[in-house]
Amino acid sequence: MKRRSFIKTTAAAGAAATAAPAIWSEAKAQARNETLLIVNESPPNSMDIHGVGANRPAYEVSWNTHDRLITYGAKKDANGNDHYDYTKLEPELSTDWNVTPNSATFKLRRDAKFHDGTPITAKDVKWSFDRAVTVGGFPTFQMKAGSLEKPEQFVVVDDHTFRVDFLRADKLTMPDIGVPVPVIMNSELCKKNATATDPWAMEWCKNNTAAGGAYRIERWQPGQEVVYVRNDDWKNGPMPKIKRVIMRIIPSAGNRRALLERGDADLSFDLPSKDFAELKTMPKLTVVGTPIENAMTYIGMNVNQKPFDNVKVRQAVAWALPYQQIMDSVLFGQAIPLFGGADNKSKGIVWPQKDGYKTDIAKAKALMAEAGYPNGFETTISFDLGLASTNEPLTILVQESLAQIGIKAAINKIPGANWRGELLKKNMPMITNSFGGWLNYPEYFFFWCYHGQNAVFNTMGYQNPKMDALIDKARFASGKEYDDAVNGFVDIAFEEVPRVPIFQPLLNVAMQKNVTGYRYWFHRQLDYRQLAKG
Amino acid sequence: MLTMLLSRLATAIPSIVGVVVVTFMLTRLLPGDPAAYFAGLAASPQAIAEVRTKLGLDKSLPEQFVAYVGDLLQGNLGNSLSTGQPVTFEIATRLPASAELTLVALLLAVAIAIPLGVLAAVKQGTWIDHLCRIVTTVGVSLPVFFTGLLFAYVFYYLLQWAPAPTGRLDIFLSPPTHITGFYLIDSALTGNAETFWAALRQLALPAISMAIFSLAPLARMTRGSMLAVLGSDFVRTARASGLAPRTVVFTYAFRNAVLPVITVLGMVFSFLLGANVLVETVFAWPGIGLYAVNALITSDYAPVQGFVLTMAVLYVTLNLAIDFVYGLVDPRVRLDS
Repeated sequence: MKRRSFIKTTAAAGAAATAAPAIWSEAKAQARNETLLIVNESPPNSMDIHGVGANRPAYEVSWNTHDRLITYGAKKDANGNDHYDYTKLEPELSTDWNVTPNSATFKLRRDAKFHDGTPITAKDVKWSFDRAVTVGGFPTFQMKAGSLEKPEQFVVVDDHTFRVDFLRADKLTMPDIGVPVPVIMNSELCKKNATATDPWAMEWCKNNTAAGGAYRIERWQPGQEVVYVRNDDWKNGPMPKIKRVIMRIIPSAGNRRALLERGDADLSFDLPSKDFAELKTMPKLTVVGTPIENAMTYIGMNVNQKPFDNVKVRQAVAWALPYQQIMDSVLFGQAIPLFGGADNKSKGIVWPQKDGYKTDIAKAKALMAEAGYPNGFETTISFDLGLASTNEPLTILVQESLAQIGIKAAINKIPGANWRGELLKKNMPMITNSFGGWLNYPEYFFFWCYHGQNAVFNTMGYQNPKMDALIDKARFASGKEYDDAVNGFVDIAFEEVPRVPIFQPLLNVAMQKNVTGYRYWFHRQLDYRQLAKG
Repeated sequence: MLTMLLSRLATAIPSIVGVVVVTFMLTRLLPGDPAAYFAGLAASPQAIAEVRTKLGLDKSLPEQFVAYVGDLLQGNLGNSLSTGQPVTFEIATRLPASAELTLVALLLAVAIAIPLGVLAAVKQGTWIDHLCRIVTTVGVSLPVFFTGLLFAYVFYYLLQWAPAPTGRLDIFLSPPTHITGFYLIDSALTGNAETFWAALRQLALPAISMAIFSLAPLARMTRGSMLAVLGSDFVRTARASGLAPRTVVFTYAFRNAVLPVITVLGMVFSFLLGANVLVETVFAWPGIGLYAVNALITSDYAPVQGFVLTMAVLYVTLNLAIDFVYGLVDPRVRLDS
């Protein structure tokens, strides 16, 4: 090799070597600016919200890739953050609608198309609604909550007009059409992939989307990541600002926090309360905490077993719980207290709300004596290990506190997979548990949790005809009659305390300062469509 | 040779059958109701019953077992409920991830442990022997998840030397063309230097934390076995005959001392492959251990059975391979004995 050519080639190689990383990082930087990187704990298990056992992350996939007929408007919450507004229904695929006592007629957008370019018509809407009420399991069940039960209710008037006939006057029917379940699917595409034994293409839809929503799936690696790209042809709402969204699974909470703090990830929901409490004090991240509507964490007592069949014992427990300690050392203040109100009377048509209980050991002891248990008794308190980071310290504090009034409670930890099964049996004497309803109506909560129909969430097995009558009345009443019914059942719930409310949890999200437009949704999943970065 | 191999394989069949039966029974005996779990948040007893029928869990145990074995014979391990994918597919994509990590960790461990063990035995009582003792004690007493977290904190969070612990590749890179499933090999074969470098960077911290842990048994075993051989008659004879110390240590002593080390190596490898769940959790590594543990937590039967079965097959193959290596290292060891 000649000396000159050697120098030339090495110089060129050197230049290439220094230039190359610059090109890479520039391309990367570009990709980074247009991409929202979300880090979460658990992955979706399906692309189909109607699928058997579709989990919460799967709802998020469905919400962002599909359209629904209508959606909810937005308002500002007390802290000035965006919050969906359950009183305002707004257009999505449907541009306007007309509700009569017997039916609702929806006009569909004329230029809306699915991802493959097929126009969206009323027959797709009917096919999708038929699917939701037929396939069974959770979707069918959720449709029923709004009295949407039979395929005959769904009528194609013409290509761009769709009608829902009502079975009964149910004020939850319209709101239920805006929840994540009644998505509009591409019926032709699904039918192509259906089989004789699988007419609804459940198998195919597990791994594929037949949708027309604001985002398309670019890549899905089950258990690892979902990559979305914006659907630039989307007509059913304002064009989203973010072009690409990557949802990566990072199982370790510590690393999710590290990624956020280092600026490598843009947004995360799943962090322990303690981390959120600390991140809130740091200036480099935005943390938004929204009280989860219609939700509470409580101590439940089995009213069909001694000694909790005695209302005095239940009240004694309610006076003995270490409320403030739980707020401070378990939740680090990341929750809304539901105790320490002026008295045990309803304070208006809101739920959840504060009851009048607070920690008062003397009062609790007196009630125990009145109930005939001056020396206390032995029992067990159970919790779901799946949520151990909150449940375990909470239960230990409750155990210590109950010991002061003579109740010796052994702690029973139940693995997450068994929890539901154990709840169904309804034979645990005392539990700590949480419940939240999608539709923000007090009677919706009470229907699940206090009604004598004894649904699985009535974990206490509580049955009271007076309470049932008030709940049933509230479901179909309005005006003063409605208000009286709600105040009535709240009063009974506080007086009889089959469950002792402790706190209303917060939905916390941490994001980079340059991420804006976050909106709280009742389904507690992230809506990418309103977010912006820059 | 071939008949010998076949007869060895035949002896493995009963253990595989045993594993199939036992895992089936065990997963059914576990408390927990997958139907209740997968029916979702607001499920009624009726909805749960519907899910149960769909999953075939309303049938009797013998019926379920027959269906399971029938599927198994067709190479179908069932579907995972928590990821929604066929178990065969999941294991095929996740096993290379775990295997790549484990192999790199093991190579690292061997590269350090064996020279260290040999030196410690040869220069017994010197500083290098003490170093060996310290390294092995430290390695064994630091749990993998702890070193993993510590490394992630120091080298990623504080120093920024290591890339973000987000799995096998940087988030903005696509995986290399699938050939073997090992990212290092695949990217090298396709000549993709950027991906190779990125995959290596992601691999470094988890591999080092696992290597530290597996150093200890290897180094201890090498040292002990070398000491025994160095004290034996034929080594003394070799020394007395005036052979060079190098020849004595490597040609005579080490070759004889390496057998038990290979046994331990096999055990450490299979142990690491199944037990690296913690490292996989810390570094978001999409491996097989993490998959199996998640399945167990959710009472997701099919992946648990598939995992145990795959591991059983792997162990059998590994033991077979180790037996062959014995034969190569020491001609006195015969497979039929």
